[in-house]
Amino acid sequence: MLEVSDLQSFYGSAHVIQGASLTVREKEAVALLGRNGMGKTTLIRSIMGLAPPDVRGGSVKWKGEEILGLPSYQIARRGIAIVPQGRRLFQSLTVTEHLTTLKPESVKTGWTVAKAFEFFPRLAERRQHRGGQLSGGERQMLAVARALMIDPELILMDEPSEGLAPVMVQNLEDIILELKRSGLGILLVEQNLYSALAVADRVYVLETGRVVYDALASEVEAEPDRLTKFLGVH
Amino acid sequence: MGALNAFQILNGLTFAGLLFIVASGFTLIFGLLRIVNLAHGALYLFGGYVGYTVASLTGNFVAGILGAMVVIAIIGFVLDQGLLRFVRGYELRQVLLTLGVAFILNDMALVIWGGDTFTVPVPEFLRGAVNLGGIFYPKYRLFVLALGIAVFILLWLLLNRTRLGALIRAGVDDAETVAAMGINIRLIFMITFMLGAALAGLGGTVGGAFLTLYPSADSEILVFSLAVVIIGGRGSLVGAAIGALMVGMLNSVGQVMFPELAYFVIFGPMALILAFRPLGLFGRAA
Repeated sequence: MLEVSDLQSFYGSAHVIQGASLTVREKEAVALLGRNGMGKTTLIRSIMGLAPPDVRGGSVKWKGEEILGLPSYQIARRGIAIVPQGRRLFQSLTVTEHLTTLKPESVKTGWTVAKAFEFFPRLAERRQHRGGQLSGGERQMLAVARALMIDPELILMDEPSEGLAPVMVQNLEDIILELKRSGLGILLVEQNLYSALAVADRVYVLETGRVVYDALASEVEAEPDRLTKFLGVH
Repeated sequence: MGALNAFQILNGLTFAGLLFIVASGFTLIFGLLRIVNLAHGALYLFGGYVGYTVASLTGNFVAGILGAMVVIAIIGFVLDQGLLRFVRGYELRQVLLTLGVAFILNDMALVIWGGDTFTVPVPEFLRGAVNLGGIFYPKYRLFVLALGIAVFILLWLLLNRTRLGALIRAGVDDAETVAAMGINIRLIFMITFMLGAALAGLGGTVGGAFLTLYPSADSEILVFSLAVVIIGGRGSLVGAAIGALMVGMLNSVGQVMFPELAYFVIFGPMALILAFRPLGLFGRAA
């Protein structure tokens, strides 16, 4: 469904993504692992058409169509949503407004405000609060709910567990699994291997802008040492 | 040097009404597009001339206002889509470009209307004075204050009660993320730029009826608008309203009590506010 091949992305003169390739199939959850500074966020931003980085080579195909070079709103409209690093909520919008600006309440198809509140009851209780008044877990739920409002087929999640309390990380894993069961493709950027393995079917490891490891989650679980050496965890 | 009397307080308030109309457009553009549009004063003056011409030809003040708003919105469209789109993301180039456009608009105005001073003709019912408990005060200036309040209410409703308004607010917070959610933020930018320009046109016509129109009126209003937006905080409607009130009142105080220090009375407090709140009273970090 998503096919990234030989991607070359730069921040100024820094060659951050050096020929990375990966695929996400329909309804598949794929984890992208790697230490800090290895280019995970740059790769996600490149797929989403956000600048910087400056993509100078390679290809990003979505259902066979080249989407590299399209403005990010066009990419989103083709069915790719993003939960950006750091949530990036809108400080001056209420919880409800985060959802209704992307899909008016009159639209009754796919993800609706009512459905989102059913899926995230906590957000329903906070519907009149503004982005800045929510707890870390609520912020993350809102960032996910916001992404769902565009009825994506693939959702890019950039370190959603970052800064969450352990109990909230568990909760987030459940949410991701439920989204996966509903048929959504997921590309999850994670630093935490175990959090990634809890939800992913396949795992990629990015190191200095290249994919250096690629395996099924079940293979990793059988032989974790082969992977952990890349991540510097023991 | 003398104390402020009711007349001068009303002068401050009514001037604040005009300042708000002009500065609200300025702060919308500054907040969302991150452009310090130095052509805003020129759009005000050009709008005033257009409003004068249309109002004189038709004999209709409202036609003058609408004509100015439409023409200035179109100029805003050309400025945004024809010029600014090529320097997006480069703040210095944007500022220099708008400064260049300000010079061009002013010279064009000089060619078309010459260097004479014009006053936009106002309808009969807004002429003369009303008796406010013993003070005879010009009706027209009270109309400007009322219009400023009406513009505030309408903009507040637009920003807080419509989907477009929510998208504009979201864009002020984080334009990139709005785009990543499938919204054509460029279109929102363009609409906002045209709206901000139209407000400059409205301000020019309304202001041109009591401050008069003359070459260099643009830079005077621009400097006041900058002060309003800097005090209020980028992109904040409430900030622009409070800023306009402060600048309007300080301007009255300055003219009455310290005529030789009139600008200092406005920009001294502004500098003081910035020292403690660098983003203005209602400003937020990007």
